Amino acid sequence: MTGTAVDLIWLAPALALLGFVLNGTLALARPNSKTLVSVIGAGVLLAAFVVSVVVFSAFVGLHPEEPFVFRYWSWIPVGTLQVDVALQVDQLSLVMLLVVTGVGSLIHLFSIGYMKEDPGYARYFAYLNLFVFFMLVLVLGASFPVMFVGWEGVGLCSYLLIGFWFSEAANANAGRKAFIMNRIGDFGFMVAMFLIFWSTGSLDFGTVFTHAPTALMPGGRTITAITLFLFLGCTGKSAQIPLYTWLPDAMAGPTPVSALIHAATMVTAGVYLVARCNLLFAMAPVSSAVVAGVGALTALFAATIALKQWDIKKVLAYSTISQLGYMFLGVGTGAISAGMFHLITHAFFKALLFLGSGSVIFALHRAYHHTHSHEDAQDMRNMGGLARYMPWTTALMWIATLAIAGVPPLSGFFSKDEILTAAQARGHADPIWLVFWGLALSAALLTAFYMTRLMLYTFHGPNRTGEKEQPHLHEAPWIMTGPLLVLGVLSAAGGLSNVPELYHGSAWLHHWLEPITRPSAALLPEVHLSTSTEWLLVGIAVTTSLIGILGAWRLLKPERLVPARSAPEERGFARVLRNKWYVDEIYDALIVRPLVWLSREVLWKRVDQRAIDGAGVNGAARGARALGWANRWLQNGQVGIYVAVFVLGVLLLLWRATS
Amino acid sequence: MLLSPALAISAVLFTLGVAGVLFRRNAIVIFMCVELMLNAVNLTFVALAQSLGMGGQVFVFFVMAVAAAEAAVGLAIILAVYRHKQSVSLQNMNLLKDG
Amino acid sequence: MILTFFWIFGVIAMGSALLCITRKNPVSSALWLVVTLFALAALFVLLDAQFIAVLQVLVYAGAIMVLFLFVIMLLNLGRPGPTDIRGPVGLLTATVLAGALLLQLRVLSQSPLPSGIQLPPGTIAALQQHQGIVGSVANPLFGEYLIPFEIASVLLLAAIVGAVVLAKRKL
Repeated sequence: MTGTAVDLIWLAPALALLGFVLNGTLALARPNSKTLVSVIGAGVLLAAFVVSVVVFSAFVGLHPEEPFVFRYWSWIPVGTLQVDVALQVDQLSLVMLLVVTGVGSLIHLFSIGYMKEDPGYARYFAYLNLFVFFMLVLVLGASFPVMFVGWEGVGLCSYLLIGFWFSEAANANAGRKAFIMNRIGDFGFMVAMFLIFWSTGSLDFGTVFTHAPTALMPGGRTITAITLFLFLGCTGKSAQIPLYTWLPDAMAGPTPVSALIHAATMVTAGVYLVARCNLLFAMAPVSSAVVAGVGALTALFAATIALKQWDIKKVLAYSTISQLGYMFLGVGTGAISAGMFHLITHAFFKALLFLGSGSVIFALHRAYHHTHSHEDAQDMRNMGGLARYMPWTTALMWIATLAIAGVPPLSGFFSKDEILTAAQARGHADPIWLVFWGLALSAALLTAFYMTRLMLYTFHGPNRTGEKEQPHLHEAPWIMTGPLLVLGVLSAAGGLSNVPELYHGSAWLHHWLEPITRPSAALLPEVHLSTSTEWLLVGIAVTTSLIGILGAWRLLKPERLVPARSAPEERGFARVLRNKWYVDEIYDALIVRPLVWLSREVLWKRVDQRAIDGAGVNGAARGARALGWANRWLQNGQVGIYVAVFVLGVLLLLWRATS
Repeated sequence: MLLSPALAISAVLFTLGVAGVLFRRNAIVIFMCVELMLNAVNLTFVALAQSLGMGGQVFVFFVMAVAAAEAAVGLAIILAVYRHKQSVSLQNMNLLKDG
Repeated sequence: MILTFFWIFGVIAMGSALLCITRKNPVSSALWLVVTLFALAALFVLLDAQFIAVLQVLVYAGAIMVLFLFVIMLLNLGRPGPTDIRGPVGLLTATVLAGALLLQLRVLSQSPLPSGIQLPPGTIAALQQHQGIVGSVANPLFGEYLIPFEIASVLLLAAIVGAVVLAKRKL
């Protein structure tokens, strides 16, 4: 207890949980009370954001050296293991807290407009509040198990929200796919937890990180195993290779859900985990290289797929995967603040992009509704020239696009550049990092290209929606455009929070996170780049972005596009990209089908039906019946048999007596 | 000196009595084999009486009395059963059967 | 000398017992049993139990076996009829069980008597010299074992009544 406003930290998750309980009850009892649901749903989030700001200011005023851990009650006291329900307030968790509650509030406001016509309105807000609760438990947890509760909880809410319109089989399947792939990652997390407890004797963050340097040998097998298993969890939750295929499918959920969960918060949980355990990853250079390498590779891989997607949300989904790869490259290199910086800026501009696309989809839906058309409202080939009808959305989306492409002075430029610089710098100590830098740079080029492509096809060129729909296309209501504005400002100016020293900036975030990163920084190789090298790298990065944007502008011809229903099939390499390098099909053939075959043929038919049912249950019955039949002879009334048994009994008695 | 052969003969006689009970079906013959068993036991008692006192011979006295009583009652039962079943074969005496 | 006689009569007893249990005709079985009883009586004499030997002949062979023969006659079982020896399965079971029993009894009979309660050899003979053959049995019978004696007589009474009741055609 600090005696300051920091003690109020429990209010943030509690408010979200309260929202869930109230909205859940309303969903069951009075699902049509939309105003009340909106007030509760968005209200608790805004209140939580206010609490976060208050806690943050109080924390800043205290200048603490150690994190504050608030223990509420004892959860698992077993033998030498003591796990409490405890929240930890330190620099890292506060950053995440602000992002989650802040961006979350904006998305809740957007949802009020977006989901207005939906019959499941109350259920939607209930799930959304529950999600925020679990996400806050995840980022505020003071130990691995508490964090894991949040980890699993957000996975559950993701499932519930992806499959929100579950009456369509495809949506339910997408939710299931997400959940199952996450479970594979969760297995890794759990194994890592067991190993951590086994080697350090505790699961609290403070204790583990204090004991780790002595209990574990740096570079040894145990620490590498721990970190690799933790990273497996991250690949599941944060959609990296090989467990990323659920995220594009997750676009089946409502767009604000995609914005909140699959862009700004849940998928960043993996990055947060690596940042939190930066000491462990610094102690295992092999794992760090794996993290950074997988991140860089995923960044490039996903970017290639995004080049040829026609569904606007799928492009953004692959873009998210790609940007998450950047974040992992950052934290894998040891540049924790760079990775976290990109996490924050990405939350801003990706949420803006998703919500903006949500406005677009909303407009197209309304237009098609009026003309009773069944066209796909998410296909870019049905869009085009929307700048005329939705100027605000267009402008804000352009801000986000330039930010993600890394054009200065927008926020994305600073964060992306920091990561690239850190990778290049580490490359001087470990040459493999130069490969990662190359991959990331190529991904940056492609990012600029496909984002410009998205903007071109959606907002510029001729309109392909159809003449009957055109009169109905207009800007979304202010409840939806308002949050877009706020996000636009943040995307543009967010970079100011961490301007590097190169530009004589304060590097505020970097210094703010120093107490978190200091232990690991000691273990990392010391690299210093000269100022000229740094400027050179900046120049290379900016040039790459501009080449991407201009290349897309010149090469792509939106006039040549036709609406989706009459669009030709892709051919050649474009087809491979369009079909996501056939990864889903490969997984299906290699993993899913054998497992299904195994379950059905072996486990069901042979083990369950024949062995357990047949031999076990029915066999026991048959055996009992046989025994009964055999024993019938003992009492059939034949005196001769009685005498024989009698003699047998006497023999037994005698035998016992003589032996 | 005579104890050991006497016990051996007694054992054999007893066993023969048991065998007879087991593989004959005629109730009266079975009864006779039971009498054989009782006699074998009598032999044992008398043989041991030489070493352990007159109590053995007195007991034989009682065994004979009981054997007589038992023979009377048992044969009366067989007669009664014969009147119902017209047979003394053990196969037909299965009234103890359930249902 | 005594031992020789003992074995002769012993063999006779065992042989006739074997014949008794294997004859098809119940009358033959009864008669062979009588032979066995006589042989046993001889054995009793050799074991210094002359009174018991006489009782054996009088009561067992004379009364009980006669009763058996009467009943066989009443039931008309004297004529040869279908065999009443069990089939191979029964024979096998009987042989196995009987053999096992024999083994057990042999083992039991090998164990020595506790020496503390053994009387010195020739005690019975001396006693019989002293009190007479009948007297040596009568003294314990009416002395120590008086109550069992009285109970045995009540038992015999009950047996007679029971036999009469059971064998009547109408109660």
